[in-house]
Amino acid sequence: MEIAYFPGCTLSTKAKGLDRSARDSLQALGFTLREIPEWNCCGASFPLTNDDLRLAGAVRNLVRAAEMGQEELLALCSTCYNVTKRANRVMREDTTRRERINTFIEAQYDGHVRVVHLLDLLRDRLGFEELRQRVTRPLEGLRLAAYYGCFLLRPADEIALDDPETPHLFEDFLAALGAEPVFYPHRGECCGSYLAVGAPEVALDASYRILQAARRSGADALVTSCPLCHYNLDHPQREMATRYPGFRPLPVLYITQVLGVALGLDPEGFGFERHAVDPLPLLARVPEKVSAL
Amino acid sequence: MRLVLNPSVLQNELLRRVEELSGQDVMACYQCGNCSAGCPASGAMDLLPNQIVRLLQLGCAEEALHARAIWYCAACLSCEARCPKGIDVARLTEALRTLALEHGIRHIAIEELPPEVLAEMPQQAFVGGFRKYSA
Repeated sequence: MEIAYFPGCTLSTKAKGLDRSARDSLQALGFTLREIPEWNCCGASFPLTNDDLRLAGAVRNLVRAAEMGQEELLALCSTCYNVTKRANRVMREDTTRRERINTFIEAQYDGHVRVVHLLDLLRDRLGFEELRQRVTRPLEGLRLAAYYGCFLLRPADEIALDDPETPHLFEDFLAALGAEPVFYPHRGECCGSYLAVGAPEVALDASYRILQAARRSGADALVTSCPLCHYNLDHPQREMATRYPGFRPLPVLYITQVLGVALGLDPEGFGFERHAVDPLPLLARVPEKVSAL
Repeated sequence: MRLVLNPSVLQNELLRRVEELSGQDVMACYQCGNCSAGCPASGAMDLLPNQIVRLLQLGCAEEALHARAIWYCAACLSCEARCPKGIDVARLTEALRTLALEHGIRHIAIEELPPEVLAEMPQQAFVGGFRKYSA
């Protein structure tokens, strides 16, 4: 199974572990990732005013995928997925804006490529039941809290990956890996996002509330597919420990790290050493690989 | 803050530009407060999201432009998801920020960010954050 892949800026630098664990895992599952050539930044935020220039970067990547003859484009990072999918919708449905953007980037793109995330790729092209069969090291005993954040859910009519208030796609994925999914009220709340730059204390507080909610629901770790959410939730936990009495750290894992571990892959390059809260003691609790009969 | 209202404020150019940039009709809001209830940053705001909309309804776009609250919106779209009148408040705050930046109002100075932040923070935070909060 072949699929065009857009890694994005952060996966090539600060979140190499997300990229590597995704490449290894998807290869093990029989996918051939074809990285789109000469890709550029998606823009990292979808413009909420009708600013067509700010969509040009994301659309250019879609044009590259179309030129490869691909019908689907995989974006792993939640931000890239959200921005690219919404830009694609503008190209598909708004003929005036489409023409303006196409003229600007000298392309003739009509929005036909489908933008997918790891979760719907595995659900629709492999199937979670098949995924369950491929798992060689089930994450037994791990209580994992899926963290959707904003970008996998909103705006609901444009993203349409799952129900925006009561999603279960991410939990279904974790269950297929053998983990016990934990449902908690803050899984679609914002981590603070870009406020990490402009108002870090607000982001710290927002992330603290999410971690506490997951902890109260019995989670052993949080799982995300967004490097910015990961930064906001993982990086400041030392400061949270000094600021909020009784705070206990909670590991934050990437979606493809847990996938790779469940597939029994060598975690070399998965980037666990970059985490502020070391997830390895928790992962060591997972029973060793079950050998095939 | 002391406000003096008269009907002519509703014709002001700034309000027209907020509505043009955002594509939102501020008069559709009936002040239920759902946007403020779900906002993860409301605790840090001087004015709540529904109060920003109320200022705009009263024609006080200039006051809304100077509210600190507009710089605390992370565009998480919880307000958009829960508004019973279909108003996207995040589009209003983005329009207000865009106009504030045009007016020379600044929130973050890129050159003042500490080196350890620059070293650790993911690229998407810079690209997205600078697009939203700096000119």
